[in-house]
Amino acid sequence: MISVDRISKRYGSGESSVVALDDVSLTVAKGEIYGVVGQSGAGKSTLIRTVNSLEKPDSGTVTVDGQNISLLQGARLRAARHNIGMIFQHFNLLSSRTVQANVELSLEIAGVERSARRVRVAEILELVGLHGKANAYPAQLSGGQKQRVGIARALASNPSVLLSDEATSALDPETTQQILDLIRNLSKELGLTVLLITHEMDVVKRICDSAAVMSQGRILEQGTVESLLTTEKSLLGQALFPLGEIPDTANTVVEITFNGVTADRPVIAQLARTHGIDVGILGAALETIHGHQAGRTRLELPGTAEVTDRAIADLRSQGLFVEVVK
Amino acid sequence: MIDRNDPSFWSDLFETILKGAGETFYTVGFSLLLTVIFGLAAGVLLVATETGGLLAKPFGSRALGLVINRALDLLVNIGRSIPFIILMILLIPFTRMLVGSFIGATAAIVPLTIAGIPFFARLVEIGIREVPVGLVEAAESLGANRWTILTKVLVAEAVPAITLGLSTTIVGLIGYSAMVGAVGGGGLGDVAFRYGYQRYSPEYMFAVVILLILLVQVFQSLGNIASRRLSHR
Repeated sequence: MISVDRISKRYGSGESSVVALDDVSLTVAKGEIYGVVGQSGAGKSTLIRTVNSLEKPDSGTVTVDGQNISLLQGARLRAARHNIGMIFQHFNLLSSRTVQANVELSLEIAGVERSARRVRVAEILELVGLHGKANAYPAQLSGGQKQRVGIARALASNPSVLLSDEATSALDPETTQQILDLIRNLSKELGLTVLLITHEMDVVKRICDSAAVMSQGRILEQGTVESLLTTEKSLLGQALFPLGEIPDTANTVVEITFNGVTADRPVIAQLARTHGIDVGILGAALETIHGHQAGRTRLELPGTAEVTDRAIADLRSQGLFVEVVK
Repeated sequence: MIDRNDPSFWSDLFETILKGAGETFYTVGFSLLLTVIFGLAAGVLLVATETGGLLAKPFGSRALGLVINRALDLLVNIGRSIPFIILMILLIPFTRMLVGSFIGATAAIVPLTIAGIPFFARLVEIGIREVPVGLVEAAESLGANRWTILTKVLVAEAVPAITLGLSTTIVGLIGYSAMVGAVGGGGLGDVAFRYGYQRYSPEYMFAVVILLILLVQVFQSLGNIASRRLSHR
């Protein structure tokens, strides 16, 4: 649905220029929720803005629904944008308009007739859980409600793609969960393809099917969330399941990454029994992601190199990702 | 010197002031109308034609946008830097060309409008600049064209600020209109100057001053109330 192919973007010129995007490629399948994570200044904002051509890349192409967005201009670009909704960190609602009128703006722009607009707005407000708020002004709403208006506005014209620019970054944790759940449900219900950028790893864990980690304009890793989590030395895995500092010890320390299948097995107990090692658990972070257990455990393995090597080989033979960190 | 013991003194005063107020309303009303039309356009253009603005490249020409922007900015600054009394005199030939005379209430509309436009344009510009850029981006993401963004986002969101600017402009125009009065433009200023100053009647002078204070109060309050009503921030 969305295909970003080798785009680069540079701001300014000469020595003071800043590279915002450096040869970035990614593909978002239809109906998928794709998250791009990274620190501020990593280029995520520029990346997402190329998808509806609010920014034009210096090189490379962005294709949405088979259309090369970067080549479109004028009326054809505006028409393409009706198919790409966008929500923002600071909601960007018009303070002079009621909830109803804010959502209607999207349809006014799309040239929908007044009576049809009314019907559609009522429908979409119901869908995002804002029933009865049609005549309120944005200033009278909570942050979560404002973002619901933003979502309603973005989706009013029935787009097939939703872009989310840090949509939950200004919200408290509880509201964040509610908005993320709403986005996931809408994505499923409407078959919506979602590309979101965030600096919160939790967002990825909560709703993303696939993710990319960005830093300094480059994508460092990408793939399905599950595959990234079960990849050795995955930045995403380390960020989602932080284990803290490695303690000072003479023994071998390993980190095991669990995925859905292996997490249910009593790995540590087996290890102790089979190899006679007094396994010490130094840290563990396990969570349920998309209904599967995933996470990492840091273990201390006392004993000779021969014993520990054999134990590690055994773990690996069970299909576990084992990383020797000390 | 007017004889205040004349039995018709107060009725004359009342009549004269009423006539003067009528002329003031006429000149201020018309010049305000023209000021709003041209000032709004100029204010919007000042913001829109600057680099990175919505009309930074009118007809695809960046140079044209820059020229319009700089020219407008210069004109607005010139208009605001010339003291009104001088501007009035400078404009005499222009006024005569336009309305056939430079004396009278209609003639007074010309310098008032010329002084009002740059004043109001700056206030409109400031109002529009306060609209968060995110709103423009949101409208763009919805596929809005430039006209829609200008009218439904920038100007619509700046309406409370523009309303406040409008009342400030009305107050300014009332003040200027009194000055025009002193050189033959009629209105309350003319009354105060001819009766109050030249014929030394403190009653006329005070009556005009009190009326002007009341007018300014009323318009400023109306503007404040309207702006608050229109703002939903």
